Amino acid sequence: MSILTFTLILILGAYLAGLVGSLTGLGGGVVVIPLLTLVFHVDIRYAIGAALLASIANSSGAASAYIKEGITNIRLGMFLEIATTIGAVIGALIAVYTPTNTIAILFGAVLLFSAAMTLRKKNQEALTEGSNLSAVLKLNSSYPTQTGTVDYKLKNIGAGFSIMTVAGVMSGLLGIGSGALKVLAMDTAMKIPFKVSTTTSNFMIGVTAAASAVVYLQRGYMDPGIAFPVVLGVLGGAFTGAKLLTKINPATLRIIFCIAITFVALEMIYNGYHHKF
Amino acid sequence: MKNMISTHLIQDRDVEKIVGKLLRFGVITASLIVLLGGILFLVQNGAQGRPDYHIFKGEESDFITFKGIFMGLFTFKPMAIIQFGVLLLIITPIMRIIFSLFAFILEKDKLYVIITLIVLAIIMISTFGGLKV
Repeated sequence: MSILTFTLILILGAYLAGLVGSLTGLGGGVVVIPLLTLVFHVDIRYAIGAALLASIANSSGAASAYIKEGITNIRLGMFLEIATTIGAVIGALIAVYTPTNTIAILFGAVLLFSAAMTLRKKNQEALTEGSNLSAVLKLNSSYPTQTGTVDYKLKNIGAGFSIMTVAGVMSGLLGIGSGALKVLAMDTAMKIPFKVSTTTSNFMIGVTAAASAVVYLQRGYMDPGIAFPVVLGVLGGAFTGAKLLTKINPATLRIIFCIAITFVALEMIYNGYHHKF
Repeated sequence: MKNMISTHLIQDRDVEKIVGKLLRFGVITASLIVLLGGILFLVQNGAQGRPDYHIFKGEESDFITFKGIFMGLFTFKPMAIIQFGVLLLIITPIMRIIFSLFAFILEKDKLYVIITLIVLAIIMISTFGGLKV
């Protein structure tokens, strides 16, 4: 296969990854890793480098749109970024000592969990009684809905912060945004309405990924020949996905994709278990 | 920008809008540079066989230090141009934090100035801490 053919097929694949990532809410980076390793037989470390870049591109691109709508809670994002960036640095350090097969198994497990999280019941309620810490940290805020502005308050800040640290470690270790873990921290622990938690999570992914990105770049994880088609393809796919989301209700599509992703996750675990990475 | 600062009290919403624009500008610029480098890369090397990506070269790869990327950039090496775009992409969210820092300073929100500085410090330590610059 020539470089030209490889690049063109990879752009197409990355485009689909970006599209699926956007429609399921999982993010393009997560789909890029199995695509590169299982389909293109690329070393998982190159795949992690490329996925990290795809996550940054996705997050920055999508965040700019959500911020415009005023849903993202920027103070909350900044506060929790302390947890995710510390986690990401730890993750990138652990990565050196972790065998690639273990990373593949861990990735499969996170992917399974993420697919399950996508299909769960979402927290629509806005909390009216928050904790003291939430008020001190100025995390309580409001967001626009179709029926007007809704105020919400937060609780369990400590628990949320701890889960965010774990999300950061996963992000640094696997090169993914770990959006699902971030949403778990915000929805389930801190009781934030899901529109706010998903957009704020997306907003944070870029910074979390950037915290470990330079470390990976200098370790040679980011190969220009892979990075170039992946970044452009995923961005294009995510862009199409965002346009499609305003026209169609992806509920059915989301279920189909999540089942597909479950199989992909199982294959990653199976291959990792049999030391194929 | 100048206007907003001269009105002294800038609003949260204005800050958010600028942050949004900054992120979009960064991603678009980075993608265009990656695209330019990618096209040059394909023109020069497109006909060659696919490299052995199943073998991880790690730190023996080219263009993985700031110095290496900039040296390659000035000699117009396509791979270095792609890596420069990659660097810009990584820097975009970091620029966002620096911008937020100034916004919180202007708002005189001490608590969030400190929080933002902590995040920035963690990223800087990770980026420059004991690594090849």
